[in-house]
Amino acid sequence: MLRIISDLWQITKKDLLEFSRDRLRLLTFIIMPIFMMLLVGFIFPNQNSLKNVPLGIANQDNGEFSQKLEQTFSELKLAENQQAFKIKKYADLEQLKEAIRKQEVSGALFIPALFSESIAQNKQAEVIVVEDQANPQIGQMVSQVLSKVVEGFGKGISTKKVSLLSKDPSLAEIIVTPIRAKIEGIVPGNPNYFEFVAPGIIAMIVMTAVLTGLAASIAREKEQGTLDGLLISPVNRLSIILGKAFSQAIRGLIQGAIVLLLAFVLFGVRVHGSYLLVISLLLLGIFSFVGLGILVSAIAAEQETATQLLFMFQFPMLFLSGVFFPILLMPPIMQKIAYAIPLTYAINALRKVMVLGAGFAAVKIEILVLLIFGAITLFISVPVFKRIITK
Amino acid sequence: MENIVEVQSLTKKFADFTAVDSISFNIKKGEIFGLLGPNGAGKSTTIRILTTLLRPTAGWARIAGFDVQKEADKVRERIGLVAEKIILYSHLTARENLEFFGRLFHLPKEKIAEQIAKWTERLKMTDWLDHEVGTFSTGMKQRINIARALLTEPEVLFLDEPTLGLDPQTTHLIRNFIKELKVQGKTIILTTHDMLEVEELCDRVAIIDHGKIAACDTVENLKKVVANKPNPNMEDVFLALTGKEIRDAAKKNNQGRRGHFGRPVNNRVR
Repeated sequence: MLRIISDLWQITKKDLLEFSRDRLRLLTFIIMPIFMMLLVGFIFPNQNSLKNVPLGIANQDNGEFSQKLEQTFSELKLAENQQAFKIKKYADLEQLKEAIRKQEVSGALFIPALFSESIAQNKQAEVIVVEDQANPQIGQMVSQVLSKVVEGFGKGISTKKVSLLSKDPSLAEIIVTPIRAKIEGIVPGNPNYFEFVAPGIIAMIVMTAVLTGLAASIAREKEQGTLDGLLISPVNRLSIILGKAFSQAIRGLIQGAIVLLLAFVLFGVRVHGSYLLVISLLLLGIFSFVGLGILVSAIAAEQETATQLLFMFQFPMLFLSGVFFPILLMPPIMQKIAYAIPLTYAINALRKVMVLGAGFAAVKIEILVLLIFGAITLFISVPVFKRIITK
Repeated sequence: MENIVEVQSLTKKFADFTAVDSISFNIKKGEIFGLLGPNGAGKSTTIRILTTLLRPTAGWARIAGFDVQKEADKVRERIGLVAEKIILYSHLTARENLEFFGRLFHLPKEKIAEQIAKWTERLKMTDWLDHEVGTFSTGMKQRINIARALLTEPEVLFLDEPTLGLDPQTTHLIRNFIKELKVQGKTIILTTHDMLEVEELCDRVAIIDHGKIAACDTVENLKKVVANKPNPNMEDVFLALTGKEIRDAAKKNNQGRRGHFGRPVNNRVR
């Protein structure tokens, strides 16, 4: 047993030394997680990221209310010190639509004539929100914000009107808004999309590093002929494969740490749970993938085959395991597939611990699933590897 | 003298293709034994079985009395392999490579250092020990590769085309070195297509064709096979025994799952 471990460590050390000398691989190793983080962190929109979005307004009303509404939009701030909208003025509804067609603005608001007058005369006034359908994500977000602001503005007016009618002016707000939903989180602060994505990306990078790295590394040694050098030595085959897996795991964890650090520094992600639990979950995630990695390594004779085989696994996994999209929003059949992938459990558990500060008890089912999956695949793959490698 | 390598009815099949077809031969301790044959004849498959890298389909082979299949680790401790592909990591220095393989064979640290000094000095590579192998010429790589195979002082050394693609100077150095190893009592199994090398080095030669042994004898005795030519050389012997027909891949492909030059597709042996 001791010999298996010491042989395993020799192979791990050799692999890491070899890797550290390969500048190109080292460079991509560091750049890949950074690139991915920046991409995801800066590109994916959330409510807070509406900044200086061009908004067209055509105001045909000269009254006090439309002026105020316009002012509300131009002063609206959703992120710190940043105006949400950059207002562009247009004459009428047709011009607004044309502006959207030309993609000059990402949404538009039309205030018809007599808007203020209708309000003053206790009639229902109307505004038109024009949505940019070419750009559904931004378009819908802008429309939502516009509608919400208009609604809030309307509520302000109705509260004032009711207070004039009612005997007790303090009741006005209660009459207009009889129920108020108070939103309370489990941890302080407002989570952003990035906090949702970060645990997923970390888990994915760490686990796929083992999956793809292991197979590619074995295939490379097969191609170069150096695998024969390992196989001809009186070293247990388990040491060879696990030594290689271990070096990949170390690399994966380093990449995971880079991602976490970036998430921390650039996007203000905080780990609310225990770091020890986070690391344990990542190690468990790696464990759950080692068996699959070994199987692919045994089957694929060439690096290219290994890469293609793994791409087949990795690509659907990326979308199905809930890294970017919540599994709950997927169609039922897809949800079932998602729960057959170990990455899903690792991500779920990591998210609970990192975002919600959950403890061991809250993630014990995920831990169990990962353990069982890892044990079964390892149990199958090691004899298969031994058998295939000497045919 | 005792037989250090014993091969009996050894057979290896890949699907419906028989790469090695019930071959038997023995090699005496201290012999240089040539394993010759056209491309795809089964030489490398035989070597891979003898070096525990492939399982035989039938038959058995023993090295120093140990069964290659049942006592693989015992066999591994007693053999060295210089395969056609160089078994060295190009991003590691020569010393790091040798130390790594030494540790895989569980040699003590001092013994590894001693062996590295001994073999690299003889192969004139001492000055290059701390350079990355990737920066070496083919000849330099091969010399370190041979040193690697000798770290454990193996009783049997397998050399699969050790001088292929090397300049005449390095070839000369390696051939002389092989003779020295024989003097030291090592048994050497050599595959090569260089017939001069065979005449210069080999005590006995087995010629394999289509997975079977066509002949197995000393160089002198084999030359008697060529009847119609005075003073025949080994090339004449080789062509007389294996024919002049070129073993092209296209033809072989019709016979079973074989790749270029008649190599089995699914095991990548050379």
